Amino acid sequence: MKAMAVSDLSLILSFALVLVPVAISWKEKLGLTRDIFYSVGRAIVQLVIVGYVLKFIMQVNNALLTLLMTLFIIFNAAWNANKRDPNPNRQLWQSIMALLIGTYITLGVLLLTQTVKLKPMQIIPITGMIAGNEMVAMGLCYKVLATGFHDQRQQVLEKIALGADVKTASMTILRRSIKTAMQPTIDSAKTVGLVNLPGMMSGLIFAGVDPVYAIKYQIMVTFMLLSATGLGAVIAGYLSYRNYFNKRSQLREEQ
Amino acid sequence: MALIELKQVSYRAGDQEILQDVSFAVEEGDYLTLTGPSGSGKSTTLKLIAGLISPNKGEIFYKGQNLDSLDLVQYRRQVSYCFQQPTLFDETVKDNLALPFAIRKQDFAEKRAQEALKQVDLSADYLDKKITTLSGGEKQRVALIRNLLFRPELLLLDEVTTGLDEESKQIVHQLIARVHQEGTTIVQVTHDQEELAASKQLLHMEKGGVLK
Ligand SMILES: Nc1ncnc2c1ncn2[C@@H]1O[C@H](COP(=O)(O)OP(=O)(O)O)[C@@H](O)[C@H]1O
Ligand SMILES: [Mg+2]
Repeated sequence: MKAMAVSDLSLILSFALVLVPVAISWKEKLGLTRDIFYSVGRAIVQLVIVGYVLKFIMQVNNALLTLLMTLFIIFNAAWNANKRDPNPNRQLWQSIMALLIGTYITLGVLLLTQTVKLKPMQIIPITGMIAGNEMVAMGLCYKVLATGFHDQRQQVLEKIALGADVKTASMTILRRSIKTAMQPTIDSAKTVGLVNLPGMMSGLIFAGVDPVYAIKYQIMVTFMLLSATGLGAVIAGYLSYRNYFNKRSQLREEQ
Repeated sequence: MALIELKQVSYRAGDQEILQDVSFAVEEGDYLTLTGPSGSGKSTTLKLIAGLISPNKGEIFYKGQNLDSLDLVQYRRQVSYCFQQPTLFDETVKDNLALPFAIRKQDFAEKRAQEALKQVDLSADYLDKKITTLSGGEKQRVALIRNLLFRPELLLLDEVTTGLDEESKQIVHQLIARVHQEGTTIVQVTHDQEELAASKQLLHMEKGGVLK
């Protein structure tokens, strides 16, 4: 594991890289300087805390504590996915539900097939990867739904007026949202290894693991992300399209 | 018992009072015409009757039953609203005519759809046409038969002939007359002089939904 060690000194020197966007912002008058320092500061603080928390959890190696940590990750992801929903009638519980189901089913399959072991060292980073990708997919799903209900408002109204239930009236929009949400994962599976060396694989290779061994993990990650983003988008989509209607099956006014 | 009865219906959008205490009844078999200046609330009135929106105050009754107590999805299959500027959905004419069957869990009856097209002077091969290739008059006619594949009890027509060419207009008039003869009650909104002259029951609406 020696290859992976970054000395404190090299880390401090690599801070010079941050000065690149700062210089660009200053030269181009982008007004981003404050934001860059804030985000870098925040990243450092968050990562330091997470580093110590993870170290603690891995040392304790307690199943309940690991479970709590996955719940914490899921809740955070749900909170962020929900925030990305432009619908003022969005419901946090729907994002939580989608992430709980999507993450735990995927995780469950990985555990049952013994692809990963019930160790915090494996479970926690994997949960983070699953929930993070699901969060992005769900956010995309919510955005496309909102655009659909805005652009195709009159079409939905026509279907409702003809006596369609809210599901039938939303189907075209719902399908497209789910498809759009899954597309990036499917697309990146096509170029994996050729264009992008994903984090998991890069990390292993970086740490000196045999690339042939590392790709096995990457293949697993590809499967896992397809499952997770698919489940997340489907569940989030099917739960949240109803938020555009009221209990009388009427399309709500746009705010 | 009236087919539709509005009792002191008020409707507000945001802080704008669109209708205030509107009351009137539609009897079975009526052919009622609603007219009045633009912005007086005619479309809003039809949408309220169609169950697409609900009053902020007052009540609407269908055959003596409050709309609030009805399953509005089922209700809208009997009380069919045709929009002022209808939009066809999905891709082809067939997609549009298939929806009324699909929502009733019935197989698409191509023969019936073709006959319906014929009633508005469109040939059977229109079924596979892309909606983007249709003219305004053709779209309006397809939209109308969409509402009529399964005959509603009440047909709500919102200026459906406005902007149509003379030929389309006549075709639509004939179809509506036939539908009325066959027993469908009709409430139409119009500014068309010809249609106003022909109407026997006329309601005039002023701003805020005041009836005369
Ligand atoms: N959803 C809505 N939000 C805000 N204002 C509306 C809404 N619907 C209708 N209005 C307003 O209510 C008034 C009546 O509209 P409408 O019923 O369409 O009139 P009409 O069909 O008689 O021209 C208009 O001033 C219109 O701008
Ligand atoms: Mg109108």
